[in-house]
Amino acid sequence: MKRVRVSQQEIVFAVFAALFLTFSVFLNGFLSADNMLTLLQNVAVLGILGLAMAIVVIGRGIDLSLIAALAVPGGLVLQMVQNGHSLPASLLAAGLLAIAVGLVNGWLIAYAEVPPLFATLATGLFVAGLGQAALFQLDVVQWSDGMAGFERLGQGSILGIPTSIVMFAIACVVVFVLLRQTRWGAYIYAIGDNPFAARVTGIPSRPIIVLQYVLAALIGCFAGLVLAASVNSMPTRIFNSTLIYDVILVVVLGGIGLSGGRGGVVNVIIGTLLIGTMLNGMTILNIPYAGQNLIKGLVLLIAVITDTLLNPRNEETAQQGDI
Amino acid sequence: MASVHKFALGSIAALALSAVAAPALAQQGLDEPFQKPFREALAGKTVAYVPVAMNFDLTEGWYAGLKKELEPYGVKFVIRDPNWNTNAGAQAVTSLISEKPAVMVIHNPDVQTYAKLLQRAENEGIYVIQINMGSAYRSSAFVGANWIEIGERQTEGVVKACQGKSNKIAIIQGALSAAASAYTLKGVENVLAKHPEIKVVSSQAADWDAAKAKAITQTVLKQNPDLCGIVGFWDGMDIGTAAAIKEAGLTGKVFLATSGGGERKGACELVKNGSFDLDMSYDVPTQAAQMAGTIKWLLSSGVKAGSVKGSEYTTLIPITKENADNQMTCWNLSDLKK
Repeated sequence: MKRVRVSQQEIVFAVFAALFLTFSVFLNGFLSADNMLTLLQNVAVLGILGLAMAIVVIGRGIDLSLIAALAVPGGLVLQMVQNGHSLPASLLAAGLLAIAVGLVNGWLIAYAEVPPLFATLATGLFVAGLGQAALFQLDVVQWSDGMAGFERLGQGSILGIPTSIVMFAIACVVVFVLLRQTRWGAYIYAIGDNPFAARVTGIPSRPIIVLQYVLAALIGCFAGLVLAASVNSMPTRIFNSTLIYDVILVVVLGGIGLSGGRGGVVNVIIGTLLIGTMLNGMTILNIPYAGQNLIKGLVLLIAVITDTLLNPRNEETAQQGDI
Repeated sequence: MASVHKFALGSIAALALSAVAAPALAQQGLDEPFQKPFREALAGKTVAYVPVAMNFDLTEGWYAGLKKELEPYGVKFVIRDPNWNTNAGAQAVTSLISEKPAVMVIHNPDVQTYAKLLQRAENEGIYVIQINMGSAYRSSAFVGANWIEIGERQTEGVVKACQGKSNKIAIIQGALSAAASAYTLKGVENVLAKHPEIKVVSSQAADWDAAKAKAITQTVLKQNPDLCGIVGFWDGMDIGTAAAIKEAGLTGKVFLATSGGGERKGACELVKNGSFDLDMSYDVPTQAAQMAGTIKWLLSSGVKAGSVKGSEYTTLIPITKENADNQMTCWNLSDLKK
């Protein structure tokens, strides 16, 4: 009998398709253009964060400070404008802060050779603490008059498509071009695939690793601005939420292995779509919160188990472990 | 005759003079016998404050209000910030009991976690004041909002706004684990039981998260564009609910009732710009003043901790377009800190 080989990406896509079809047939109002846009809009920020995480994971790293990079620079913009600074100056400060976070992460991981899991865990805590202790007066930083007009980054629509979806699309294109069309992108894949071989062949692996984390922090900061614009405030407490797991989920579920070197933008989109479809369908069905978690967990388990059954672990993962 | 007159006049003048002069000589202050013991009862005492977290309008406001009232009397403050971590909070309370402050002001994360600890604290002679979120143990004083009443009044507002419309409403709850959210929901249910014509099309928990509240509301509004009202459980979260209503172009058509501490930017401003139609405020400075009053009373009375138990439910301020402009309706943290 011929062995069927299906990648995790395809499995997840199949699960997504199955869910989508079921909802479309049985759920009134699910398959309307309006609802499709809402579905995408609700997961746009998650998707943008997924792209940031994807860059790092492809390079065989992980960035747990991503939510801090979303909350703190974004919150800083709102706080500075509230305190009377101009919007461009505040945006510049936020951008610099994000770059600084990325540089510290990258330096710790590439030069000090601290495992990314610990390095980013620590910087994330540090940055979130910095925000709470020194930058913000309150956890929820409110919108102020000086921000007028900026909410268009996350509200309203462009040519009938909600702006946050457009922002996700732009981020997808930028990351796609970076990963697939530039030399840097190729280097990231090479480092993720085999860091030692990459170094031997003369790839400047340390600067490229720093670049990954700077990009991730900048994309995180961008996601934060979209989020803040869409809810007219910055709930900086989001750092304490489980959002980071959702981001890792989107990436891993979409088929970007944590061992690095594989996957791309398409995987993030698939992962995001699956999560979005589940959330949207369950909200329409008005399933209670506990039930939602149960179903989410179940769907994930099915995806992971199917993957393990169809694609037994190869020698590489067996040696390295999954993370 | 004239001399008699003169004498009489003279004596009257002398009398009058002495009448004026005598009290002037005798004008020594009268000691008010209770103020000194009062000052002594407060001076050097420690008030320990354990909120669920600092850095948000409610807990910062309570702290600023307490300090303003009590610090001039020489009361010292100890603050333990568990930063939303229930375990850290329980540890903080435990270690505080051995430090023996005079008063503990506790903001419970839930009904059970601190209950036993608070009882122990009062047995040790520490007055315990619970703020806004009570535990299963009833201590010397509870100062705070009546969540059931909040739920009822918000829902009454929504039901009224729905008259003659679709009668479809949605409920955006807080976090499922939070008792404040469950109590509010009970209040909502109480009113809905009297109004069978109202249909709840969605009742979901958004975890106090504005982004989640927005996502849920967007989906619900797409399914039910004729929705006439939403009961939200916290104004900090319902910024997201309001953003969804605004994006759907339904501002003014969907009545949004919410609740919160009445901070100007988070409440009055948002009512003024039409984001919220009703914001039930449990005015934080008033709560702080009531707590401070209770602390003064307890310390100066010298009653044994735990021997008297009472509640001071906050009189709610319904913020609507009519009073949102009024300077007294909302408060500023920066002003309260001054």
